[in-house]
Amino acid sequence: MTRAAIKPSIPERSEDPRVEVALTVNGQHVRRTVSVRMLLSDFLRHELGLTGTHVGCEHGVCGCCTVHIDGKAGRSCLTLAVQANGCKIRTIEDVAADDGALHPVQQAFKECHALQCGFCTPGMVMNVLSRFEDGEPLDLSESGIRDMLSGNLCRCTGYINIIAAVRRAAELLGRD
Amino acid sequence: MKPPLFAYRAPTKLDEAIKFLTSDADAMVLAGGQTLMPAMNFRIANPSMLVDIQHVEGLKGIAIENGQIVVKAMTRHRELELHPDVRRANPLVWETMQHVAHVPIRNRGTVVGSLCHADPSAEMPLLFVLLDGSLVAQGPDGKRHIPAEQFFQSFLTTARRQDEIVIEARLPILPPGAGWAFDEVTRRHGDYALVGVGCILELDVSGRARDVHLAACGIADRPIRLKAAEAALSGTRLAIADLDAAVRASKGAVTHLDDMNTSASFRRRVLGTLIRRMVQTASSRARSAAPSLDRQ
Repeated sequence: MTRAAIKPSIPERSEDPRVEVALTVNGQHVRRTVSVRMLLSDFLRHELGLTGTHVGCEHGVCGCCTVHIDGKAGRSCLTLAVQANGCKIRTIEDVAADDGALHPVQQAFKECHALQCGFCTPGMVMNVLSRFEDGEPLDLSESGIRDMLSGNLCRCTGYINIIAAVRRAAELLGRD
Repeated sequence: MKPPLFAYRAPTKLDEAIKFLTSDADAMVLAGGQTLMPAMNFRIANPSMLVDIQHVEGLKGIAIENGQIVVKAMTRHRELELHPDVRRANPLVWETMQHVAHVPIRNRGTVVGSLCHADPSAEMPLLFVLLDGSLVAQGPDGKRHIPAEQFFQSFLTTARRQDEIVIEARLPILPPGAGWAFDEVTRRHGDYALVGVGCILELDVSGRARDVHLAACGIADRPIRLKAAEAALSGTRLAIADLDAAVRASKGAVTHLDDMNTSASFRRRVLGTLIRRMVQTASSRARSAAPSLDRQ
């Protein structure tokens, strides 16, 4: 392997083939021309400036980048922006009310101290929210909630307070 | 990391999609992307072209026809898991799918994609081998049906040719009165199995087992039927001694070597334990389906 030489300047824009994508994000129609290999997570953060969607592992393990894709929770790091062409995307920025009032799931996380550094929280909230909204039966036993959270990793608080927050969110939403 | 560069194609017709695969020997099919995208982000997979089949006509949905559950190529795991008719027709599908990753992954990942990836520890390939399912592959020369047992050839290797797309997978419904069970041992819930075992069986009027199917994942380079154990249980009343015989008969089936997850000897012990539990669970479910057998 040869050592790469220092380049006089680097291109401002990637030389990748580009493709136009048009999708609805948080109710707003957006259209951008991006590299075919741009991940949806990077599209949200770098093209739209929606940095609430966090990027942890980029291989689907940590769950931090979870958003709603056509109403269902999915990993934005395992979805190409171009795959989401025509889809409806919802991110954490769309969860609280316009006046800043927290959604009951967010309120429950706050009340139960279910976050410490907050890095995993957007993914946790989007995942839990989709389970409250998808119309399927919910198992709100301790093991059911653990199963619900099993695709999201938290490295600060441990999961006890997050489990309590899901239970509290169920109360606030009248689903207990 | 970020995926390596590729050419992206999103055809709407199946023959166009097949043409793209034929045109480029390193092209890959992209369905839900829940295995392929991490592999690309890790730079383990480096396809020169991705043929995204999400917009291809006729590849969505689930149907139950002629005793078969037909799962189209773009059907997500979660759709199959929650389908009320599937749950009635073959409750083993739901039970097994509780172990497939996590809900957000099941929302996106497809059943056929999981089969085509053919991880030897994965649950869905095991389910198809256990139930004598089959796959339908379409290529430039037309369609062919491939029995699941022939489809899975080795580690991440299937009978699908490079220019073929698996357009659907078929699973039989359970016969009335059949008992079923699936469970696995993993380090963390939602991970690939260290060992997973599935069982279906029926009991005749005298309480003897017949049509016993046993299959395991995580023990070899592909999901396998435990034929020797099936033979050991067939025609018996599934007493402890019969289960012991089945476990002894299955020891040789573990060909997976020691790896970073666990040792081959641990897999062998877990396999034996799971065989006992799954046969007993399947048998008690078959009994409750036919209460007249209770006193036997």
